[in-house]
Amino acid sequence: MWAKVKCCLFLVALILPGQYTIARQIVVSQNGETGSLREAIRMAEPHDSLIIKEGHYPEHDVVIDKPLTIIGEGKVVIDGEGKGFVLIIRSDSVAIKNLEVHRSGRSFIEDYAGILVEKSSDVVLEQLTLTDNFFGIYLSAASDTQLTGNTITASGTRETSSGNGIHLWYSKNITITNNRVEGHRDGFYFEFVEDVYLTGNLSKHNLRYGLHFMFSDRCAYEHNVFQSNGAGVAVMYTKNVEIKHNHFEDNWGSASYGLLLKEINNSRIENNAFINNSIAMYVEASSRNRIYRNTFSQNGSGVKLMANSTDNTFTENNFLSNTFEVTTNSRQNFNEFNKNYWSQYEGYDLDRDGLGDIPHRPVRLFALVTERHPQALILLRSLLVGIMDAAERFIPIMTPETLVDLQPKMRQIQ
Amino acid sequence: MIRIDGLSKKFGARTVLDHITLRIPAGQATGIVGPNGSGKTTMIKTILGLVRPDEGTVTVNGSTLNGHWDYRRDIGYMPQTGRYPENMTVRELINFIKKVRQEETADEEQLIRHFGLEKEQDKRLRVLSGGMRQKTGAVLAMMFDPKILILDEPTAGLDPSSSVRLKKLIHEEKKRGKTVLLTTHIMSEIEELADYLVLLVEGTIRYHGPMNELLDVFREERLEEAVAKMLNEEETV
Amino acid sequence: MKATTILTYQWKDLLRGRWIIGYGMVFLLFTDVLIRFGGGGPRALLSISNIMLLFIPLVSMIYGVLFLYQSREFTELLLAQPTDRKTLFWGLFGGLAVPLSLAFAGGVGLPLLYMGVLFSNGSEALMLLVLGIALTLLFTGLGFMLGLRFFDDRIRGFGFALISWLFLAVLYDGIIMAVVFLLGDYPLEKPILILSMLNPIDLARIIILLKFDISALMGYTGAVFSRFFSGAVGISISASVIMLWIGAPLWHSVNLFNKKDF
Repeated sequence: MWAKVKCCLFLVALILPGQYTIARQIVVSQNGETGSLREAIRMAEPHDSLIIKEGHYPEHDVVIDKPLTIIGEGKVVIDGEGKGFVLIIRSDSVAIKNLEVHRSGRSFIEDYAGILVEKSSDVVLEQLTLTDNFFGIYLSAASDTQLTGNTITASGTRETSSGNGIHLWYSKNITITNNRVEGHRDGFYFEFVEDVYLTGNLSKHNLRYGLHFMFSDRCAYEHNVFQSNGAGVAVMYTKNVEIKHNHFEDNWGSASYGLLLKEINNSRIENNAFINNSIAMYVEASSRNRIYRNTFSQNGSGVKLMANSTDNTFTENNFLSNTFEVTTNSRQNFNEFNKNYWSQYEGYDLDRDGLGDIPHRPVRLFALVTERHPQALILLRSLLVGIMDAAERFIPIMTPETLVDLQPKMRQIQ
Repeated sequence: MIRIDGLSKKFGARTVLDHITLRIPAGQATGIVGPNGSGKTTMIKTILGLVRPDEGTVTVNGSTLNGHWDYRRDIGYMPQTGRYPENMTVRELINFIKKVRQEETADEEQLIRHFGLEKEQDKRLRVLSGGMRQKTGAVLAMMFDPKILILDEPTAGLDPSSSVRLKKLIHEEKKRGKTVLLTTHIMSEIEELADYLVLLVEGTIRYHGPMNELLDVFREERLEEAVAKMLNEEETV
Repeated sequence: MKATTILTYQWKDLLRGRWIIGYGMVFLLFTDVLIRFGGGGPRALLSISNIMLLFIPLVSMIYGVLFLYQSREFTELLLAQPTDRKTLFWGLFGGLAVPLSLAFAGGVGLPLLYMGVLFSNGSEALMLLVLGIALTLLFTGLGFMLGLRFFDDRIRGFGFALISWLFLAVLYDGIIMAVVFLLGDYPLEKPILILSMLNPIDLARIIILLKFDISALMGYTGAVFSRFFSGAVGISISASVIMLWIGAPLWHSVNLFNKKDF
């Protein structure tokens, strides 16, 4: 193992531009050159490697102010002991791998974090374990940075005493891959970031949002799982986003959403699965989005579409066994539903072209009633409501006339 | 012995039985006669516990009826019109009643032969004629050899020869010491079968006593005329 | 002993009528098809429960009335025998309620068993069966009560049974809806909950709803409802309401039967 790392470092050193001398290695251990990480950083030249041997290192506010590679060997715990930040990166080209960062300070004034990356670029944080920190990884004005395969857990119980798992602020070109965040306030929080690529991550059991971003254009979110978060996922004030192949699951509660869109424009939401949420997708003041080939299954509401959203297209989505397929707060509708599969569709296909011959109206009268009078919910699935809905479907009076799928699919879209 | 004390029953506004007190002696045959709607069937049903009295008590063999039911073990009852579960066969019905009473019969086969029901045994009651049902009722009433026989219009609906057979049988039962209580509007039947006579008019007893006394009082040869006379007297009073 | 004799006879008689078998077959067919095409998940069970909530009250009540009328001869025959009225009453009631319950439980239970739903969604399936049986007992009892109350007037007996069903199945919910519309601005969650619970069909529906359909109960209202029903108070009130609905009509029926002149 050690030989391998040496070998790699050697190769890295060879490839690096010639202005650098061959990098040194400093070993940090209880009985090595030094037992202190802070001391080792002070001793190191830029582009040196610090090898930290297995052990418990109670250090906080450790500032990394030169390009370094820091690698843990075995179980290495840097313990902030609840005081301030644990690691602070204030240099470009820092890589940290295979460490545990434990217990930053907690504060109402300062956003203490396990790892703070400040005004740096080309930072790599890989295979790290962050436990019981206020904020997990905090990027402030960072760029070209990779967060890969980190596990970030906390046991927060209150939103105010808990920070976010991965927090990005004024950053760009960040790649966040295969991380796992649990038990923080928000799993992922992005504000004023650009070109973030979030993929293969798992965010669950966070107190507020699994993912929360705003003012963050041109980002892509793919193959992530957002599960059982207090309020689901909420994304706001952003355009040109791609949200594809994600899972939004088991987000329960009175203000819980699979995916809440607020002022999201010109974005693509495709091939996602929304399963078992109170409201799978909530769309408010959002326009020109393409919602294509998603599956909405066993949610309270499949899509809750507010009247101030326009020109969104819902095409080839599957709506399977949702209590309410679509709900809305208005008789007006300026969005388009076409060629979706609706499990509540009761039409037929005489010409056998795979599309139902009569249009489908996914908004039930009862959905409107409960919108206005939530107490009526107690009558769900009663005979009376069945009769009401059937009558309304036959002659629509209260439900939006234009919210209709003229070409409902007869079969589920694979 | 059956004792009836101050028995009253109303159906809605109509008084059917009006403070009736009566002793029906054991080992004797008592006939109840009276015009239609005079309360004969109601009285019988009260004795059986099918009708609940508004007032008064009925005591059968020393036990007072008050929701009691075990005394009916001593009673064989043949209703006026035999209404039985229609899907049952005669044989099933007989077996069913045996099971319900948890009793064996004295001689059901002989009774079945006596009434010529052998060929009807496996027919459902639905398809039987009124007469056949009547005979089935007689078998059910007599097959446990009860101490008391209560017969409501037993010969109504029977052909003459069956009627004669039934009467013969009742006679024999009486001879064997049974208490027999029967209603009828055929006076000759009473003359043939009854020792005592009860005349019921509009829910009250007009006459109760031994048959021969009544004939003596009215110096009539035939009961029918004696009863008619008595009813006429009622009207002229 | 006597009671079992009476029960055995009645069950044979019911089976001979074939009607009860048809009733069970309807459930069997629906359940089989719903599971086959809807999967064994909660959604299929919900569809089954919809059918159950529609059919059981109607059929049990109508047949409860009809059965008393049909059993009139039988009743009169037995009352002249050494049997007491209480035994006879429970014999009559059991003679109908037990086969109806069995037909339902068998019709729904068999497909649940051979499709394996009983193992995958055991508690939900079991609750469905228990509720169905409770509703059968309840509405058979109501039917008996109406049958005894209008023993000599079949038209009125049937009429009242139909009206009672219509009231409990549809009109009652209309009243709730009206209350919600008229007084919807007040925090009426609890009163509306209580109001709904007083109707056994609604109560059964809500219990099922909360078991399967929790996702539908969004918002504050949903939270109030589900918290109430998952608490000890809610559960015991639900159970008591159902018990009362089963017990009261039967108690009244026994009294009517005891005082009845045949």
